[in-house]
Amino acid sequence: MPGSRKSPRGAHRETMDPNRPNNPSPAPIRLLLVDDEKGFVEVLSKRLAKRNIHTTQAFSGSEGIRLLRRSDFDVAVLDLKLEDMDGIEILKIFKKMDPHMPVIMLTGHGSEKASIEGIRYGAFDYLTKPHELAELVEKINEAIRLRERTDDTDETASC
Amino acid sequence: MNRNLPPLSPYYRSLTRNMVLLVMVISFTPMVLVTGIILDQFSSSHHEKVFAHLGELVLKHKQNIDSFLDEKVQNIRFLADSIDFDRISQPGIIAEDLSRLQSAYGTVFVDLGVVNEQGQQVAYAGPFNLENAIYADADWFKKAIQSNYFTSDVFLGLRGSPHFIIAVRKTWQGQKWIIRATIDFLSFNRLVEKVRIGETGFAYILNREGQFQTKPIFDFTPTLDIYSRYFATLSRMGKEVEIQERLDGAGVKSLYVSALLKGGDWLLVYKQASSDAFSDLHNAQIIALVFFVLGGIAIVAMAVWMSGRMVRRIATSDKEKEIMNEQVIETGKLASVGELAAGIAHEINNPVAIMVEEAGWLQDLMEDGAYKNEADIKEFERALNQIRTQGKRCKEITHKLLSFARKTDSRIEDFEIGHLIEEVVALSAQRAKYSNVELTTRLEPKLPAISASHSELQQVFLNLINNALDAMDKTGGTLEISARQEEGQILIGVADNGPGIPKANLARIFDPFFTTKPVGSGTGLGLSICYGIIQKMGGTIAVKSALDVGTTFEIRIPVKTDDTVENRTVVSASDTCN
Repeated sequence: MPGSRKSPRGAHRETMDPNRPNNPSPAPIRLLLVDDEKGFVEVLSKRLAKRNIHTTQAFSGSEGIRLLRRSDFDVAVLDLKLEDMDGIEILKIFKKMDPHMPVIMLTGHGSEKASIEGIRYGAFDYLTKPHELAELVEKINEAIRLRERTDDTDETASC
Repeated sequence: MNRNLPPLSPYYRSLTRNMVLLVMVISFTPMVLVTGIILDQFSSSHHEKVFAHLGELVLKHKQNIDSFLDEKVQNIRFLADSIDFDRISQPGIIAEDLSRLQSAYGTVFVDLGVVNEQGQQVAYAGPFNLENAIYADADWFKKAIQSNYFTSDVFLGLRGSPHFIIAVRKTWQGQKWIIRATIDFLSFNRLVEKVRIGETGFAYILNREGQFQTKPIFDFTPTLDIYSRYFATLSRMGKEVEIQERLDGAGVKSLYVSALLKGGDWLLVYKQASSDAFSDLHNAQIIALVFFVLGGIAIVAMAVWMSGRMVRRIATSDKEKEIMNEQVIETGKLASVGELAAGIAHEINNPVAIMVEEAGWLQDLMEDGAYKNEADIKEFERALNQIRTQGKRCKEITHKLLSFARKTDSRIEDFEIGHLIEEVVALSAQRAKYSNVELTTRLEPKLPAISASHSELQQVFLNLINNALDAMDKTGGTLEISARQEEGQILIGVADNGPGIPKANLARIFDPFFTTKPVGSGTGLGLSICYGIIQKMGGTIAVKSALDVGTTFEIRIPVKTDDTVENRTVVSASDTCN
């Protein structure tokens, strides 16, 4: 059950501050980043790490699915244009494997249609490449906050 | 009208010529027919009218002359009844009879005589001294003594001047007597002489020997056999008037109207030159001819002028159509480049995103103040290198796009098609990758050159590849572009294994504005433009498709030959002018 694998994250939520990237935090956000552009994934991981977000890198859709099967992530960032699989298909699989994990989509200009389709399939939001890092971090935090709220209501409901 | 028009090409010149000929044939045929029929009808009815008129005229004169002769005979018979043969030889008696005759019937009677059975003239009154003249051997006397009355032919006789005689036979005391009167030749002649029509129409009388019984106005020698034929025809056919048109002795075509006189002894002939008799008809014909010629000139002028104008108009609209075609092709090119742009945007967004992130990373490091130790400097260098690398990547992409876009003119060049296909494939590779399509080429090496517009062919392949990628966007698949030489043509195949085209759409696929894409997504012009471009270079494009198996477009382009080069250079020369 994906819900049972969830770890409570409420403790450090208040300490999260994107404007102070070097602020050390005991429990960084676990991010799954799926993008086949290696250079992009690497530098983005480094920058996110400075903002207390730990990135697990996946360079293809199948790799992302494999990684998600192995471990839990707080949030996923998914490039919709991947060579091996259609982004929307990956999103559907992600949502099936872990319905609570918010997925932020990355798209190129002119592919907004695909992003809107993605949102219909349960994606949290989308960003258009190239984007500002602050924007991405903001979206990640928003997603986490939303997730915690829904987790809480889920838990209340289950009690 | 003629404001320095440029000379037309041979095609338009021959078009003009054909149109002129067609208009002329169409206009002249009814005109000639109608004019011919009208002239023929008019001519025959005019002939009929002239014939009828002349026939009537001659008939009237025949009756006139016959009744004149009859009357004279009656006159003499009347006189003969009252003659007292006892006293006739006494002087003065006969003179008294003559003067009675003349006072009653005019001076048409010149003289009067009584001849006994032996041919001796026993009494005579008249201007000549013919008393006791012997007529026993005279031709007329021999005939006159045989019948009750007799009218002679014209003869010179004893007096030596032309005249003719009316003789009445009487029997008295067992003896035959002849009372004869001479008719004034001039007044008889006047009867015929007054038949004058036009300039050449005149009448004369002939006897069966072909001798003139009147003095014709125009002197000529009658051809005996012709006249005897008239005699024969008239008496045989029982017709009163015979009309013939034939050449006369002088070779002039003439009308001959003849009728028998004097119980068939004489022939009244009316002769008129045909041209004179039908002068009205000829005038009408000349007027008709003048109108015909004027009308003909007008038709020819109109045909030439109108055809010239129409061909000019056609040439102009052809030129406009050509320009419009070019514009449509240009628009199609923009559309296909637009589709391409989405792929290019993706391709360029990745390196740009990396550059942005690397720059941000450098900023992060600098904000930490950690740029003095060796490791930090190494990281700096790596990041900067990455930015440079990604910048180069961007440059390559833009170069690729530019090299494609630069060839925008539709100039005809000779080139090898393989390179062009590779170029288009390279440009579409990224899009194919994202559509999960394996894009491959199978090009025969050393293909002969073709003569075509580089940019237009680019557009054709880009369109076909874009269509195939669109079709396989959801499913992925393979797309193979092949090129080989076959019988003086280059055969290019664009084959995918996508969903295929339904049969209903297959027939309309090259129609302009036919599209299966949602409204606003496709112009429906792509394939129709491809079709136009391939047609223009003398090639063909065909499509084969099976549902769930795939679609193959097959293009055949003729290999460049020397004579096409010449044609093309003309076109390209005009193309490069603008």
